[in-house]
Amino acid sequence: MKINQSIAISENGFVFNPITGDSFTLNNTGIQILTMLKSGKTIDDIKEVIAEEYDVDDLVLERYLQDFFSDLKLNSLITEG
Amino acid sequence: MEKKIFERPTITRLTPGMPSKHGVGTAVAPVQFIDGLKVDDLLEKYGSPLYIFSESVIRKNIQDLKQAFTVRYPKVQVAWSYKTNYLDAICRIFHQEGSWAEVVSGFEYEKARLNGVQGEHIIFNGPGKTEAELLKAAQEGAYIHIDHFDELFLLARVCQKNDVTARVAIRVNMDVGIYPKWDRFGFNYENGEAWDAINRIMANPQLKLMGLHTHIGTYIMTADAYRIAASKLSELAASIAQKFNHFIAYIDMGGGFASRNTLRGAYLSGEDTALSFDDYADAITSAVINSQIKPDKLPTIILETGRAIIDDAGNIAGTVIANKRLTDGRRALIVDVGVNLLFTSFWYDHKINPTQPHSGLLEETVIYGPLCMNIDVIRPSLMFPPLKVGEHFVISRTGAYNNTQWMQFITTRPNIILIDTDRQTHVIRKAETIDNIVSNESVPDHLSK
Repeated sequence: MKINQSIAISENGFVFNPITGDSFTLNNTGIQILTMLKSGKTIDDIKEVIAEEYDVDDLVLERYLQDFFSDLKLNSLITEG
Repeated sequence: MEKKIFERPTITRLTPGMPSKHGVGTAVAPVQFIDGLKVDDLLEKYGSPLYIFSESVIRKNIQDLKQAFTVRYPKVQVAWSYKTNYLDAICRIFHQEGSWAEVVSGFEYEKARLNGVQGEHIIFNGPGKTEAELLKAAQEGAYIHIDHFDELFLLARVCQKNDVTARVAIRVNMDVGIYPKWDRFGFNYENGEAWDAINRIMANPQLKLMGLHTHIGTYIMTADAYRIAASKLSELAASIAQKFNHFIAYIDMGGGFASRNTLRGAYLSGEDTALSFDDYADAITSAVINSQIKPDKLPTIILETGRAIIDDAGNIAGTVIANKRLTDGRRALIVDVGVNLLFTSFWYDHKINPTQPHSGLLEETVIYGPLCMNIDVIRPSLMFPPLKVGEHFVISRTGAYNNTQWMQFITTRPNIILIDTDRQTHVIRKAETIDNIVSNESVPDHLSK
């Protein structure tokens, strides 16, 4: 999974994709995950950080990360590979 | 260190230009408590989904309604509309507050009697009364509101055959300047049919004309319609006094006051558009007082208000079963409250709130019920926080019509609880079991092996 490195993420969750001109908002967990992804962390790293910080079990986390990544893909912010 | 609550991560595309139909700045506050009790705890104790009624809200609503009318008019009587919600506990709260019963079938009549309401405090409406029901109502002194000429003739025959006298009123339909114009119930005012019915009643010594009744429609958002209706009924009452020297005891204005629910397709929220009880009271009482009726002969005003005094006392709480993304990118929630339990979701954009705080970011969401039927849509589109599976929500203002029109369809129906004025909870209708459903069925011998 590769993130589009040209996207800009602000601290309060505003995301701008300069290639498509699209902008987005993230909720708090979304900001944290996308920022980690942009900084080069692997999915396993991300899972570890989130599981450490939040009250969430592995299956639920897996379920909603999959959901979030498919949203990111749908919006051309990440690509497979 | 205590861990933080995990909110499902979301990303929402921003659309430049005009705001969407949801406008901007929508906030969905959590509803954590009902009458001081935590909704999540109630769901834990009584199961999900769960209907929750507030006795305090019911009592306040009926008191507010009465207050609005009694400060303007000397004689006012409320009759609880059984078809709006005929759970016995709910009816008994209204009866404790002094309401009579307004029923529209033999079944509802029996329910009212079982709730301890005397016949002389029952208003019997409806177009489908049977001979046996009419006889019982006449013998018990109920007010029989005659809907059509066939019922008038049937009642006359019943009274003659059994040598009883019936206390009656006629239901009058009329043009009050609104659409749709209801003319299927009762006798028409404008074409003289109502007068024809009155003449026939007055000519029959076994029929005592006690009142005049109208029910102009439902969810009426203009008080002027009631002003016109009250004015026309008052004219009729004054004419009866003039012609027969007979003074009717009451004018029954029916129901139809709007609740604060938002109708599907309405541009503005029901919270902004619903009239107050004072608006309706002002229109109705001033029309009667300003009519030709003599001040010492003013009739009692009877109100059959249902929806407006029970809707916001009822809530249904439920649980998210699944999250989905639809092919057009919208989010969908599948929840355990379907149209089988929430019939009014066909009419209203019900207010739905999560039971826990969230980050504030909302997604356009479709809320589906759990039924395997395409019609099972609770909200086709609303801005809603990203709830996870197992999280809870409350749908408010569900007190009217749902517990009378709900369907035993695909699955059984859940517990209904009442929170009393001391914040104690009581199950007022137990969750159905499969035994409840199959106990009325029978299997022929050749199919039983």
